[in-house]
Amino acid sequence: MHEYSIVGALISQVEGEARRRGARVVNRVHVRIGTVSGVEPVLLTAAFDVFRERTLCQGAELVIERIAERWTCPACGTVIDRDAGLLCGRCGTPPRLTAGDEIILNRIEMEVS
Amino acid sequence: MCQECGCGDTEIVSVDVHERILSGNDRAAAHNREHFERSGVLALNVMGSPGAGKTALLEATAAALHGRFRMVAINGDLATDHDAERLRRAGIEAVSVSTGSACHLDAAMVHHALDDLPPSGYDILAVENVGNLVCPAVYDLGQAANVVALSVTEGWDKPLKYPVMFMKTGLVLLTKIDLLPHLPGTKIEDYEDAVARVNPMPRVIRLSAHTGEGMAQWLEWIGGLMKPEPTGARS
Ligand SMILES: Nc1nc2c(ncn2[C@@H]2O[C@H](COP(=O)(O)OP(=O)(O)O)[C@@H](O)[C@H]2O)c(=O)[nH]1
Ligand SMILES: [Mg+2]
Ligand SMILES: [Zn+2]
Ligand SMILES: [Zn+2]
Ligand SMILES: [Zn+2]
Ligand SMILES: [Zn+2]
Repeated sequence: MHEYSIVGALISQVEGEARRRGARVVNRVHVRIGTVSGVEPVLLTAAFDVFRERTLCQGAELVIERIAERWTCPACGTVIDRDAGLLCGRCGTPPRLTAGDEIILNRIEMEVS
Repeated sequence: MCQECGCGDTEIVSVDVHERILSGNDRAAAHNREHFERSGVLALNVMGSPGAGKTALLEATAAALHGRFRMVAINGDLATDHDAERLRRAGIEAVSVSTGSACHLDAAMVHHALDDLPPSGYDILAVENVGNLVCPAVYDLGQAANVVALSVTEGWDKPLKYPVMFMKTGLVLLTKIDLLPHLPGTKIEDYEDAVARVNPMPRVIRLSAHTGEGMAQWLEWIGGLMKPEPTGARS
């Protein structure tokens, strides 16, 4: 389950930011996870609960924002529904995935003294 | 300091980061990519379920490329050295990366494995990822292209159930097609349709490592990604 290794990377990223700013406590960690990123929010949360022990994230809440999958035609900008087939209905160009594969640390709320 | 107890006054701050959580892996992958580009090596990340026929594919590829291009391999294996052994028997240099409990390779593991391969003198690096249809697709290794092996015994709907890997690949190899006559009710077109439903530029090759069917197209696909001058021909 790669959610463990992702949480490991997430916590060291958060701790790095927190230390740089002299924070002693991290209250909230906001992440963005796309629906086709390959990361499962439930597993991510479970892994976070285990890994945050004895880190600056110990009492932190993990807030997950889900980002929906979106396919866009690179030629004419039309947004395409995958279920209707991966071809632009207007110009016939194969679309590109323009949202939905995010695995992003977006924002950290921390206590700085 | 506050008056009551002398503790520091704390302030809640919100810090915008907006960085990929796997940015560390991304950097390691970019570094690997520099290695490959500098030495003119085509790196392929071969993914698929356990038993999809990844090692068999690489065995057949090693044999077919013999004398034309030099290929080496890195095998991601949870616990054993079996796949790398098979490839060494097929005549190429191959090293195992023991991933322990990790279900995927990451860029640092690949970089580490490069130490155990010759520093130069090969044209193709095949990385056989850990058998898993989910997480190997999440980690960039520095490869030039992804390849997914999907065997005709796995069920046509795998691309729909595990879209991420199939979305991100440049090529799907439908492997073990020699078994089709033994699989009543299995239609190869169903597999191809399922790939097309998650991948906007589907490239699918029907292949059998046992009979050699499709091998020519696979080698042609590899050839299309190669730099014009193979290192073997230069020296
Ligand atoms: N009939 C048939 N069997 C194959 C083919 N390729 C692989 N196999 C068999 O499938 C099993 C798994 O193959 P292997 O290469 O180890 O799969 P991997 O786990 O993806 O590396 C082995 O028993 C192979 O002999 C093929 O093209 N045709
Ligand atoms: Mg194998
Ligand atoms: Zn269009
Ligand atoms: Zn106080
Ligand atoms: Zn290096
Ligand atoms: Zn994994």
